[in-house]
Amino acid sequence: MDGAEIHGLFNYWMVIILMMIGFYTVVSRGNLVKKIVGLNIFQVSVFLLYISIGKVSGGTAPILTGEPEVFSNPLPHVLILTAIVVGVATTALGLALVVRIQNAYGTVEEDEIQELDDEMEFGTGESKEDGP
Amino acid sequence: MTMEFVINMSLFVFLGLTAFAILKLRALFAVVMLSSVFSLVSAGLFVLLDAVDVAFTEAAVGAGISTVLLLVTLSLTARREKAPHRAHAIPLAVVFLTGLALVYGTLDMPHFGDPNAPAQTHVAPKYINDTEREVGMPNIVTAVLASYRGFDTLGEVTVIFTAGIAVLLLLGASIREPDGVRIQTMDHHLVLRVVTKVLIGPILLFALYVQFHGDYGPGGGFQAGVIFAAAFIIYALVFGLENARRAVPGQAVRILLACGVLLYGGVGLISFLFGENYLNYSVLGATQVAGQHLGVLLVEFGVGLTVSAVMVSTFYAFAGQNPPISDEDW
Amino acid sequence: MTALIVDAFSWACLGAGSVLVLIGTVGLIRLPDFYARMHAVGITDTLGADLILLGLMVQAGFSLVTIKLLLIGAFLFFTSPTSTHAIANAAFTSGLRPLVADEETEREPAEEKGDQA
Repeated sequence: MDGAEIHGLFNYWMVIILMMIGFYTVVSRGNLVKKIVGLNIFQVSVFLLYISIGKVSGGTAPILTGEPEVFSNPLPHVLILTAIVVGVATTALGLALVVRIQNAYGTVEEDEIQELDDEMEFGTGESKEDGP
Repeated sequence: MTMEFVINMSLFVFLGLTAFAILKLRALFAVVMLSSVFSLVSAGLFVLLDAVDVAFTEAAVGAGISTVLLLVTLSLTARREKAPHRAHAIPLAVVFLTGLALVYGTLDMPHFGDPNAPAQTHVAPKYINDTEREVGMPNIVTAVLASYRGFDTLGEVTVIFTAGIAVLLLLGASIREPDGVRIQTMDHHLVLRVVTKVLIGPILLFALYVQFHGDYGPGGGFQAGVIFAAAFIIYALVFGLENARRAVPGQAVRILLACGVLLYGGVGLISFLFGENYLNYSVLGATQVAGQHLGVLLVEFGVGLTVSAVMVSTFYAFAGQNPPISDEDW
Repeated sequence: MTALIVDAFSWACLGAGSVLVLIGTVGLIRLPDFYARMHAVGITDTLGADLILLGLMVQAGFSLVTIKLLLIGAFLFFTSPTSTHAIANAAFTSGLRPLVADEETEREPAEEKGDQA
């Protein structure tokens, strides 16, 4: 793998690293708010991937100025613009659910919620596997 | 190793460090602040990658609204995360394997910035070359967003509308005033009150500028809606929720929420009345370019209305909740 | 000739602004107390950002971009100190007090420094 290829693929690899950090945060952490923040990291890294695909070297922002120029691809910008706003809508909805979960269970830690759910389902005879 | 690549690399390294810190920290307030920093640095990276509209939206939405909502949620739930005590091997293995698979996938991708990549040679040249003639506005992104891909944007405005409705359903759209001031008025913070009073006017003016200038530069309905909502949110934070509710009542916000989507869909229906396809703006004016301009203007205004109403009503819904710990006991 | 002066001036502003922000960052990491850190960052950030904007304005010449940069500079001039004040005020009203030197320990650090230097 020569320098030109590393130069050409560096952006994508960094995006993948960010994506994996976000993914790991969602999967391994138990706090619901932290999961939503991890999901945000994942979303932003996907946006970076799309925008990196659309970049043309030597290009400029796709706004016509009257002079002939090389423009970067406007289509990923459009897609990501809508994706960002939809992302914040999803985040708001997720946070509303977290607030309701807090009201219902008194906690936003995933394992405590699971314990309370098990107690409700099977009664209090169950042994607690991992105590607080 | 051009300067642009060096800046690119350093911004990505910043993002990586910030994401790692978000993963490791257990103080949730610091996590939320770092996520705001993450959004802002990624907005800078978007500017470097020539995506100015996207950078604008990410800065306004990610570093603004998202942070406010996360902070309000934090004040209603816990402030620290419990120490993770589960086994880390399986999630780590899954993440590592997924990362490897993705890296293997990128080995076939065209290099970064390649002008002959398939992404740049398919539909994009048509948009870049034909916008001047068919739509007549300098900002190609707005032309594609509102005119060439108008259906996508209609669907997305509906998604935002649905999310706003869902948040209202979940957190209560009660019209009665919440008893017990949830957010204390900062009557004794003189500096904050004065500066907020000075700033709210320019912020609203700037929102209108961004809304209607989206044809000529970075801007448009989404960014303008978020900035518009930010002015009302800062008013609610500093002067109290009841004052904000008196200025912009919840019922009015809910009506505006629906009016935005109605405007967008209505513009399409008017095209029907002229005998053309849905959302074909060319018939709205004397010439095609005039019709496109008018159509894009109305449609972006509808988007701005819905986005700002959703943000404001979501903030009202979150801020109207009663916290489990009152401010004195904390 | 004037182009050279303009370039030199904008280089000086950009350099000075960046150095100030860097100094503020060092203060943020090294200073011992919350209020000392807010003091370092609040002041240097405002002036550093405004100097950088001044350097960019000089580069842009007389155009619309300069007016926009001027407005951004004015906005930062108002909001950056205000947010510093808001954070410090919030800390104070929730009980955090500044770290002050008291009579007994004042002489000891001086002796320690004498040994280490």
